[in-house]
Amino acid sequence: MKSWIRSSYKFSVCLSLVTLLATLTACDGGGQNAGSTNGETLRGDITIDGSSTVFPITEAMAEEFQIENPGTRVTVGISGTGGGFKKFCAGETDIQDASRPIKDSEMEACQQAGIEFIELPVAYDALSVVVNSQNDWVDCLTTEELQKIWEPAAQGKINNWSQVRADFPDQPLTLYGPGTDSGTFDYFTDAINGEEGASRGDYTASEDDNVIVQGVANDTGALGYFGLAYYEENQDKLKVVGIDDGDPSNGDGCIPPSVATVENSTYQPLARPIFIYVNKEALSRPEVQSFVNYYMDPANKDLVSEVGYIPLNDSVYQAIQTRLANQTTGTMFEGGSTVGVNLKEVLK
Amino acid sequence: MTINNSSRPQTSKQKSNFDVGLSRRFALDRIFQIACWTAVIIGLVALVVLLVDVVIDGLPRLDWTLLSEFPSRRASRAGLKSALVGTIWLMVLTAILTFPLGVGAGIFLEEFVKDTWYAKVIEVNISNLAAVPSIIYGLLGLSVFVRLMEPITGGRSVLAGAMTLSLLVLPIVIVATRESLRAVPDSLRQAGFALGATRWQVISSQVFPLAFPGILTGTILALSRAIGETAPLITIGALTFIAFLPPLSLEGLRTPFTALPIQIFNWVSRPQQEFHTAAAAGIIVLMVVLLLMNATAIWLRNKFQQD
Repeated sequence: MKSWIRSSYKFSVCLSLVTLLATLTACDGGGQNAGSTNGETLRGDITIDGSSTVFPITEAMAEEFQIENPGTRVTVGISGTGGGFKKFCAGETDIQDASRPIKDSEMEACQQAGIEFIELPVAYDALSVVVNSQNDWVDCLTTEELQKIWEPAAQGKINNWSQVRADFPDQPLTLYGPGTDSGTFDYFTDAINGEEGASRGDYTASEDDNVIVQGVANDTGALGYFGLAYYEENQDKLKVVGIDDGDPSNGDGCIPPSVATVENSTYQPLARPIFIYVNKEALSRPEVQSFVNYYMDPANKDLVSEVGYIPLNDSVYQAIQTRLANQTTGTMFEGGSTVGVNLKEVLK
Repeated sequence: MTINNSSRPQTSKQKSNFDVGLSRRFALDRIFQIACWTAVIIGLVALVVLLVDVVIDGLPRLDWTLLSEFPSRRASRAGLKSALVGTIWLMVLTAILTFPLGVGAGIFLEEFVKDTWYAKVIEVNISNLAAVPSIIYGLLGLSVFVRLMEPITGGRSVLAGAMTLSLLVLPIVIVATRESLRAVPDSLRQAGFALGATRWQVISSQVFPLAFPGILTGTILALSRAIGETAPLITIGALTFIAFLPPLSLEGLRTPFTALPIQIFNWVSRPQQEFHTAAAAGIIVLMVVLLLMNATAIWLRNKFQQD
């Protein structure tokens, strides 16, 4: 009995030591929060969730915004575009990061909950088709050739480069790509195979683009696709393929992905816009208003390129700011597809 | 001698039935020993390779910035401050929630409950719960702790996270508690009852103190599982970018949070190489926290065993 009392005493001492440790670590956070005391500063929480593709941009914006407005607390999650919309349409988040436009089913959910939203494009992502750096036979693929490789009917049949184009060597073709949950997958299948989600299934799928990078880099006959930022960081290991969409009106012949070709919208159809959706009601709060203005300020577009995405051009920014000022709700993409869309046109 | 001589035919007959074959048996011993060593070495080599790889990748980045800075878009400026504090909050809260519930349930099931059909049903269910994938607990936590109990937990808060993790590790704690209680010889309980002690007295002064080191080890091992969990936390909506810490008050329980595994997961999937290095450094930090927890467990166990 006695020993038990003694040991329980000791245990409580240990426990309180642990708690004390936590206290000490947590304490200097309190100091930071109390940092903004002048009356003019913004206060309040801004909750953001959604796509992990858009996350780096939102993170950069939130980071800089909070340095300027220390009274605000911006939080960003990565539940994915679909998971994020569930929370957004339940009114749990103020802003939603989305790598694709809102779907009809998600719009219904938002409508039922009485959530109105403002759809704002924030940047472009260029889906890049890459091959191994030792691949010396491919510099360019047409969209038909890509479809031949990736369409559902190709499953188990197209597995050699010579089947793609007659003058390609007899070399086994191995494919790498994002998993079916990814917005990149949705867009690529929509743009290349003409139907969202329609793809052959016998390729190495990974939700982590770095795995695709590794796969393509170590396999001579490999082909894969992912966002431009992953190619730019791995240029020494990979070779990017130009895309010919067979439409001379938006640039003739083979166009490789780059900031310039996306900005002048000649890199088609694999340049996709990415978005944020703002809850209209939340926008009436000064801190949310201020954050969205900061996000959509052309002066901050360096942040977009810094994290590896392609900024919108100034005329698009102007159109977006008008949309924001008018608080135009609803989506510009009824039906959900953004393939080949010219942002300047739809924003009018 | 003579007796021995006379009984020799018998012994030789026994010998033919019982083959001593010492060398063969020793050989079997050796083989088994080598097999066991191989098992140990395979496990160790895998662990050492992983550790060395992570340390080589992460060591250059392991500096004070990593611990003192909030997440950032610039890898060189990015730190784990909110994630580390979030993890400590989670672990302390999970321990506070799990220990009384898990140990209480374990004691009840082992010492109080009668051997009836519903006791068996509960027992089977608890063992099954220990094997449920962690993301299922995340979904449960999302609908119960985040949505239903929002007035109490404050939504996607550190409290909701700790409650979800508690659910996740409760079965482990209960099973560990029951195992430790079962290891206490029954004669002790009977001796206590024989001397007229009540069930409470027997448990509190005889059985529990003896079982305590084992219970403690089980609890800390369960917490070690919880510290590495990402899936349930992402499901309930733990955040990735968060540049403030929970204030140390009741309100702090209701603030949004992030944790080390989430931050590491995010950095690993970034395109920039520098983030991968930062992730490796983050793994080292997570491992150090884990080792500290395990070291505390061992230290506490030795402490109580001496008493």
